[in-house]
Amino acid sequence: MGRASDQCGAGGRATLLVLADGRFPAGGHAHSGGVEAAVRAGRVDGVATLALFCRGRLQTAGLVAAALAAAAAAGTDPLELDALADARTPSPALRATARRLGRQVMRAARVIWPGGELDRLAALRPRGAHHPVVLGVAARSAGLGDEDAAYCCAYEAAQGPVTAAVRLLGLDPFEATAVLARLAPEIDRVVADAVRAAHTGTEALPAASAPLLDITAEAHAAWPVRLFTS
Amino acid sequence: MHLGHPHMPTEAGGDAPARTVRPEGTRRALRIGLGGPVGSGKTATVAALCRALRARLSLAVVTNDIYTREDAEFLLREAVLPPERIKAVETGACPHTAIRDDISANLEAVEDLEDAVGPLDLILVESGGDNLTATFSRGLVDAQIFVIDVAGGDDIPRKGGPGVTNADLLVINKTDLAPYVGSDLDRMARDARERRGTLPSVMTSLKEADGVAPVARWVTDQLAAWVA
Ligand SMILES: Nc1nc2c(ncn2[C@@H]2O[C@H](COP(=O)(O)OP(=O)(O)OP(=O)(O)O)[C@@H](O)[C@H]2O)c(=O)[nH]1
Ligand SMILES: [Mg+2]
Repeated sequence: MGRASDQCGAGGRATLLVLADGRFPAGGHAHSGGVEAAVRAGRVDGVATLALFCRGRLQTAGLVAAALAAAAAAGTDPLELDALADARTPSPALRATARRLGRQVMRAARVIWPGGELDRLAALRPRGAHHPVVLGVAARSAGLGDEDAAYCCAYEAAQGPVTAAVRLLGLDPFEATAVLARLAPEIDRVVADAVRAAHTGTEALPAASAPLLDITAEAHAAWPVRLFTS
Repeated sequence: MHLGHPHMPTEAGGDAPARTVRPEGTRRALRIGLGGPVGSGKTATVAALCRALRARLSLAVVTNDIYTREDAEFLLREAVLPPERIKAVETGACPHTAIRDDISANLEAVEDLEDAVGPLDLILVESGGDNLTATFSRGLVDAQIFVIDVAGGDDIPRKGGPGVTNADLLVINKTDLAPYVGSDLDRMARDARERRGTLPSVMTSLKEADGVAPVARWVTDQLAAWVA
């Protein structure tokens, strides 16, 4: 499948850096990707356990998100993908989070890379479509391709929890970032799998799940005192 | 009650918050941010402003708590506004990020309030207590109030920083405590004038009846300019 950049001539590597930047202003900083609950439960207590957590999230939620984003960036109907994302997100708390983050990416992307496809999706899903779907459409609007969109989601699956864990546990930021660096080859493989699935068709999109993330997300959403929204 | 009425779209120029008109063509609410150090009296100011203005204006409040919903719950408990007019935003351990670098969640709260209980005249956005460098993005608020208090040390105006120096209004609160903490109010006023040039500062004691009056007057003036 051709890169969207073939058509619009934008969307080089620098554009990908803008979209993938952890400081992209789309609300991600208030979310921990489930690591706050894992820290409270004692399952993540340092860099070693953080690496295991990130690996698990990357191979499950990360893979699913990357494939949905790749499909959206390749031009698959975002409403169909939104329904498929719902089916892959059993936790109501995580569905709400995904739609909220999707709405926030939409708000940012419509200013940064305005375009008719973003406007249409925003009109059809004013309360937000799932985050990876919106991210894929935003990538398209930026002239990026399916692989680029998959990279954003796969990278975020690990980068979100790492940033949050630095704040929650006071980890050495160098060691925490080394966790991400060591995961890089695995992120590459997840992206390759995600893009291959997206090319095959929507029936081939992965549905890997992480039941513990689903369960703890529900509990976390009910905590009265917490640092992160999810 | 609502002061606004449908009117022709007008775009503000420069870097001012450009979208002053809601999609359906009505003027959006004026948004005023309240920032300042922990415990200086931001929530108390918001509560007092709501009591002073709610009979005349259609109001809503967004709170940014650091890790609880205490501020929103305080406002609910005090019943300064009906619950549907108060919304809490969670800031992921970084209160200044949510009002300055990544305003997504706050913009969403503002939009949701206008959708749910609008049309609104005024939305007050309270920042989570932070340090002297925290200021609001112009993409989120039209004007900002920085609240400090006399008990935090009478050298704070002299120290300056973006909040003290550039906020559209500086509030020096808890003047009732000055004798007990040995703060020199004249010096605070003098230092504030020196730092702020022509920008206004007011002193308040929210423990006194109608202690918020100088802030309420300033807010009313801002609103008059907004709807003019
Ligand atoms: N004596 C005195 N106490 C005040 C005054 N204004 C507020 N307080 C008290 O100061 C304390 C903190 O006030 P808040 O309004 O919660 O402060 P805040 O800035 O919202 O605090 P955070 O949101 O936690 O940063 C409360 O106990 C208030 O009752 C005042 O003018 N005089
Ligand atoms: Mg407060």
